[in-house]
Order: sequence, then C-alpha cells, then structure tokens
Amino acid sequence: MTDSIRIVGLNKAFASPDGGTVAAVRDINLEIGAGRLVTLLGPSGCGKTTLLRMIAGFEEPTSGDIFFGDKRMNDEPPNRRDTAMVFQSYAVFPHLDVFENVAFGLRLRKLGREEIARRVDKVLEQTGLASYARRSPSQLSGGQQQRVALARCIVMEPRVLLFDEPLSNLDAKLREQMRVEIRELQQRVGITSIYVTHDQVEAMSISDEIVVMNAGVVEQVGTPHAIYARPSSRFVADFIGKANFLTATVADGETVEISGVHLPVAEMPARSPGETVAAVLRPEAIHLSPDAGPFRGTVRRVMFLGNIAEYLVEVDGVGSWIVDSANPAEAPLHRVGEPVFLTPSRHALHLLP
Amino acid sequence: MSGTARAQLRQLARDPVLFVLLMAIAVSIAVFVIYPLIKVLLASFQVDGAWSFAGYAELAERKLYRNALINSLGVGALVGVIGVAIGFVNAFVLTRLDVPGKTLLHYLTILPIISPPFVSAVSILFLFGFNGLVTRQLLGLQDFSIYGFHGVVLSQVFTFAPIAYLSLRGVLASLSPTLEDAALNIGATRWQAFWKVSFPLALPGIASAFLVVFIESMADFGNPLVLAGAAFPMLAPQAYLEITGSFNLSRGATLAIVLLIPSMTAFAIQRYYLSKRQYITVTGKPTASTSKVVSPAAKWLLYGVALLFALLVTAFYAVILVGAFTKVWGFNYAPTIAHFLYVFDVGFESVKDTLVVALVTTPVSGLLGMLVAFLVVRRNFPGRTALEFGSILSFAVPGTVVGIGYIMAFNAPPLVLTGTLAILVACFVFRYVPVGIQSGIAVLRQIDPAIEEAAQNLGATGLTTFRKITLPLIAPAFFSGLVYAFVRAMTAISAAIFLVSANWNLMTVQILNQVGSGRLGVAAAFSVVVIVIVLVAIVIISSLVNRWSRHTSMVRF
Ligand SMILES: Nc1ncnc2c1ncn2[C@@H]1O[C@H](COP(=O)(O)OP(=O)(O)O)[C@@H](O)[C@H]1O
Ligand SMILES: [Mg+2]
Repeated sequence: MTDSIRIVGLNKAFASPDGGTVAAVRDINLEIGAGRLVTLLGPSGCGKTTLLRMIAGFEEPTSGDIFFGDKRMNDEPPNRRDTAMVFQSYAVFPHLDVFENVAFGLRLRKLGREEIARRVDKVLEQTGLASYARRSPSQLSGGQQQRVALARCIVMEPRVLLFDEPLSNLDAKLREQMRVEIRELQQRVGITSIYVTHDQVEAMSISDEIVVMNAGVVEQVGTPHAIYARPSSRFVADFIGKANFLTATVADGETVEISGVHLPVAEMPARSPGETVAAVLRPEAIHLSPDAGPFRGTVRRVMFLGNIAEYLVEVDGVGSWIVDSANPAEAPLHRVGEPVFLTPSRHALHLLP
Repeated sequence: MSGTARAQLRQLARDPVLFVLLMAIAVSIAVFVIYPLIKVLLASFQVDGAWSFAGYAELAERKLYRNALINSLGVGALVGVIGVAIGFVNAFVLTRLDVPGKTLLHYLTILPIISPPFVSAVSILFLFGFNGLVTRQLLGLQDFSIYGFHGVVLSQVFTFAPIAYLSLRGVLASLSPTLEDAALNIGATRWQAFWKVSFPLALPGIASAFLVVFIESMADFGNPLVLAGAAFPMLAPQAYLEITGSFNLSRGATLAIVLLIPSMTAFAIQRYYLSKRQYITVTGKPTASTSKVVSPAAKWLLYGVALLFALLVTAFYAVILVGAFTKVWGFNYAPTIAHFLYVFDVGFESVKDTLVVALVTTPVSGLLGMLVAFLVVRRNFPGRTALEFGSILSFAVPGTVVGIGYIMAFNAPPLVLTGTLAILVACFVFRYVPVGIQSGIAVLRQIDPAIEEAAQNLGATGLTTFRKITLPLIAPAFFSGLVYAFVRAMTAISAAIFLVSANWNLMTVQILNQVGSGRLGVAAAFSVVVIVIVLVAIVIISSLVNRWSRHTSMVRF
C-alpha cells in the first residue's frame, strides 16, 4: 500500500550560532503522486536533506503540513510514519549481520519467524545479497553495504521510500549500475519514492519527476525532459546541463531576433514585440559548419571528449557560445582560430519567462 | 518558554517512554545531587536555628579549622605535584619507550585504583607504624611517628598517582612522536625537542591530571583518618568528627562548604583544560611508539623510576596479603587464618551487605550513565546542558559533603531514607555515574547518528533504539561505567561512612573500624577480600559485556 504525498506551505528555520535563524526550507508546496519516483535536485546546502528529514519525521517543521494520502503526518514520530530511508552513510547496524539488518524492522512488527525468514530471503535475493546473509557489515564493500541499506527498506514494504544521496559514496561505475537497479526495483515494488541528489545526470536517469531546489525554495517541478527543454529560470537551465544564455528581442508572435538573425521559438511568453527576453540555447542544439549558417564566429577552444567535441566559439556581435558536436571522430575537428558558421536547430531556442 | 523549546518538548513527548524516563532522571538528579548540596549550604549559614555568618566567622577564628584548611590544601597540592610527576614518568615509559615488561608494569601501576583508597594507609602502618616492620624491627626506631603530613602524603601518592598515570597515558598516546622527530630533524637537541615540543603540547593534559589528583586528595577521607593524627587536622575527617563526635551538624556543614569550594574551583579549571585538549588529540595517523628524545641513559633511568614505583606498589600489596595471614604484626609473625575466619564470621554481614549494595548499584549506574549520554548527545530538549552539568557535578563534590548532605536531606520528611539500602544505592549511583556518562558521551560522539535514526525509521521507539542499537554500539563505555560503579561501590568510604547503619554496613567501614581499634590483621583480611571480589567482578562483567555486545545472532524484542 503506497501513498501520495502532499506538502503544504512547509518552512524550516534552524537557529544559527550567531543567535539568528537560517531558513533551510522556505514555503514549499509539492504534490507527489502515488507510486512515482521524484527527485529533489539542487546544489549542496539548498535544503534537500532538511526537506527529506521533515518528511521522515526527524526534523520538526517550523510551519506547514505534510500529508501522506489524506492523513496529516506532522504529529507522528518517525517510528510511526512507515517511511523507509536509505541514508547517505548507509547506516547499516554494525553489530548485526546482513540478515539481521534486513530483519530488524520486521522483528519490530512482531511478525512470525517463518514470515520474516521468507520476506528477508526474498529481498536478499532481489538485491543480490543472498550469499552474504550471515556476513557482518564490516566484511562488505561499500556497494554491498548500500544494498543492505536498500534491502532493509524494501523489505518493510513502506508507504514511502526516501533516499538521501544514497550513491554519493560509491565510485562512478558502481553508481551508474546502482541507479539502474534502484530504478528497476522501485518500478517493480511501486512505492512512492523521494530521491535526493545533487547530481543532475543521476536525477535525469531515474526520475519520473524532478524538483529543482535552490536556497530553500522550489525553482521548478517537471519531468526530466520538461526541465531540460523548458527550464523556468536561469538557475535551472544552468544547473541542469550546459546552457548558452542570450538576449533576444521579440519580433512577432513566433520569432525573436538576435543580432539581426530571426529565429523561431516553440513557445512565446506573453511579451510584446520590441521587448527583450532572456533565452537559453543548449550547446548540442547548434550546428557548426565551415561554409554556411546565419551566425559567424571564430573557434577559441576545442575539447575532444570522445562522444562529443566541445567548442568555445566567439560569435560575431553576440558573445561566446559553447557548442557540442556529436560523433566528432567521424570528421576532422575545427581548429582554434578557424572561422565557422553556426546554425541553431529549429525551435531549439527557449525563452525564459 | 521560547518557541524552539516548546517544539523540542513537543517532539520529545511523541516518544512517551523516553519522555517519562528523561523527567525521572531530571527529578532524581535534582533530588539526589542538587537538593543535598543546597541542604548543606543552607545549614552552613544557620547557627542555633537562626541565619548567620557566625559559623564561617568561627572557622576563620579558630586555629584548628584554619590549620585543617591549610593542611588539606597543602597536602592536595603536594600530592598533585608528586602524583603527576610519577604518573608522567610511568606514562612516558609505557607509551614511548621500548622497554621490557610493559604490560605487567601497566597493571601493577594501576592496581591501587581497584582497591579501597586507604589500603596503602594500612600497608604504611604495617611498615612504618609504631610496630612497623621497617621502622621498629629493621631500624629499631623508638620515637619515629608516621602520623602527620608525611604519612598522609606518602599514602595518597600511592593511592592517586595511578589516576594521574591513566589520564597522562591518554594524553601522551595522542601526541605524535613524529612531532619530536621533526624538531630533531631541524636541529633541536633532544632536551629542546622535549621541552619545546612535547611538553607544551602535553601541558593541558598535565594540568588536568594535576587538578583531578588535587580534587581526589582534597576529598580523600580514609588516608587522613588513619594517618593524619590529632596534631595534623584535615578538612574531610574534621567535618566527619564534628558530626559524629560532637553532633555539631552546622559546623560540619560549614566545614563541608569550605571543603567544597577548592574542589569546585579545581573542577571548573579542569573542565576548561579538558575542552582545550581536544585541539591537540586529533593526530589522524597511528603513531610509531618509540621516542628518540631520550638518550639511552635517560631511558633506563626513567624505566628505573617506573619500575621502582611498581615494585613499591607490589610491596605494599604483598604486605597486606602477608599481614592478613599473620597473627600479631610486630610481635608474633606466625601464620594464621584467624583474621579471615573473623571476616567471614563476625564480619560476614558487612561482606554480604557490601555485595548487595554493589550488585544493585552497578547495573543501575551503568545503564543510567549510558542513558544520560544518549539523551545529552542525541536528543534536543530545554535544559540539556543543565542536565549534563548536574549529572557530572557530583564528580567534584567530596564524598564527605555528599554524606553530610544526605543525612541532612533524607533524615526527615518528605523523604526519609536513613538506614536503608536505598540511601546507599542512591548515593553511589549518583556519585559514580559521571565517569560512565563522560565515556558514554565520548564514544557516542564518534558514532554516526544516522545508525540510530535508521532504527527509528524502521519503527523502533526511542527506548528500543537505545536498547538494541545504542547500547551495543557503546559497549566499551558501558563496560567502563559498570566496572567503575562496581569498584567504587566496593571501595568507597567518605560518603558511605555517614550512611551505614546497623542494617546496612559496608566492608570499607569495617576496615576503618578495625584499624581504629588496632586490629590491623583483620583490616588486611577485609582488604584482601575486597580486592579479590573486585578482580572477580571485573572478569565477570567483561565477559558478560563481550558476549552480549558481540553476538550477531537474532535480536529479540
Ligand atoms: N541541524 C541543523 N542546524 C543548523 N542548520 C542546519 C541544520 N541542518 C541543516 N542546516 C542548514 O540548512 C541548510 C540546508 O541544509 P541541507 O538540508 O543539509 O542541505 P542539502 O541536503 O541540500 O545539502 C544549510 O544551510 C545547512 O547549513
Ligand atoms: Mg544533504
């Protein structure tokens, strides 16, 4: 049984050492549908952990309400919220073996021996820990410990799963593998999940929806695609992937003009012709060519990254753009100092509100 | 109440069992630590039922009391200096030098910690008393008296140098010898490397050890009572004599306050040094253990000093053991078991009572210490600092003050406890819990709080989390808390002597009585029994704690 989560007007202020207060979370409103995996994404210190810990019951909100389904949870202690949290530091119980770590919560529910053994074994199987059941945590690698932490949560069949940067202590390869596993497991068990990370790739790869946070407030909520393609602020555009920021002038209902070049846009905010707007152009949405295109520029820097080549191009009358060109091994690279022409893809230009 | 305080209380109240426990602890500390002190303080300002400063004025006027204060301070300071010097040499030898027999040397050095604090006084009487082996039999001295300043200092040095040793051992172990190496490397002489690098770094630890020994010496009751003699008054025994000899409660209370002030001052300074010490204990890497700042000659000289101290300790205990089996020391050295027969016949009640008191005190004190550490480190509540302070305050309060406070506080309604088991247990629990609390706090601060949060998150209440997660994780601190509580309950005297009764008597009090009536053999036999019980108990406690914290099998709820 899983629940939707509703957060209404949530605030958290911590007392700061100098006697004042620090607003860690400010007036957050959020709805998370049952069974979905939602990521809280933002730079370090933006309040993600604080928000997650309020949902788990470890921090008391300064104001605002938290609902699971229709039930207001504010006054429930953490042990009665039926959430299960995977901690950044794993927090496996060092004095209990793997089996007992996973059985811990079930024993608290006073389930029968057989049922506990059956459920623990099943989850150990699912998480690839079956052959480690009697190992002590000190004999496990970081990745295995993280699986124990995950198994310990899944076995509870909780109403809500919470993850606080669960992969940040693992190396890059393992991190990629684990996020696929977490996503698959979450899909299979279908439990509403909130996943905290500061890594945008991780967020994009596992989420149904991303909540981008900055300095305690929610900047934007949306699917990974929507957030990437239509960021609602400069902060979001900059935080998710790379972006070129341009200043454009509204020409008519469908096009804007940049340095004499007219470009079509997918969505036009409510602006009248002649007004200037901030626009975002992603580096991979620009095509480079040696002979033709609406913009002219000079290559200032080249980086060959394998799957792409990243250029820094000084565009005449506009400024510097980052341009990514795919499959760079196929043709010779443009050289530094070389003149090039640039063509933005159709409708690639996104205007900030 | 501020908004934060209310929010904290609200959050705590959602865990009702823990909330009730916290309240109970706070109330107990108020009743058993603070209230008796207030009683003593108030009584010291009352003469014949009226408010007055006359008590203090009289103390200042009369030579006896002035001398008692001066003597106690003088002994405390000198014992502090000598104790720290011996402790430092032994700690240096055992942590830094490559010498044989270090483990044995370590255990011999700390032996006095687990025996009644005045066993060395009895030993000294055997060796240097009127019929002493050394003074009378070997040297044939007729007019030598061990009683007085030198006797007390000698005995206290043996009793308290091991405490300085233990705390300095920690200090030296945390200082990296590579710092000395670096100094030598840039051209410092050995002498400079030690005095300019190691010594200044160890200084806060040395000051802290000095203050601890000073506090212990000021508070010591047994050694002065046995060895000070009438011509050399000291505060703690004097306060006792005022109350039991002259039934002058108010004078006793005034002396108690005079005794309390230097102790509290030293405690406050010691806390300050302790807080400073934290900056230098962080060295990261484990350190190579041998030091190059001592020349070979100095090395063997220091080793000799450490060895000599350990040998003297051994000799003192051997004398006790032999004395316990000797008919009449000084006159008839024929072997006998009569003293032990006496202990298990006439004295058996006190053996039994002592064991009961210790067995009740130990688990209560051990668990209370860990619980307070858990609450202080892991929970936010208004008055948290006050609770921590209140619970470790009794470390600095001399037992004599506590004893006087208890008879004043619990002799009359609302809470009459005199003559009961409860008053002894309460006294021991709250007097000796600070050590458990301190080590519990230290260990808990090293443990990731997420581990306990994970347990709560999986459905454990605060108390279940404490039982199933916290306690096993802080098992080493729990163990030292239990051992300390047991040892102290077996060996304490200064507060207990006010609280024993016909129904509940203690072996330490028996030892003092036997010494008082000149039956040193029986006193020695009692001491041997105490030491044996303590050693057996340490082995049992350690195996219990080990078995219980290591088991990784199923946890039952
Ligand atoms: N217990 C606390 N006391 C005081 N300030 C805190 C506490 N926890 C977090 N903060 C502050 O709240 C802000 C948000 O912290 P956090 O939620 O941990 O950020 P994130 O998880 O996004 O990195 C930070 O400025 C942090 O310093
Ligand atoms: Mg965080």
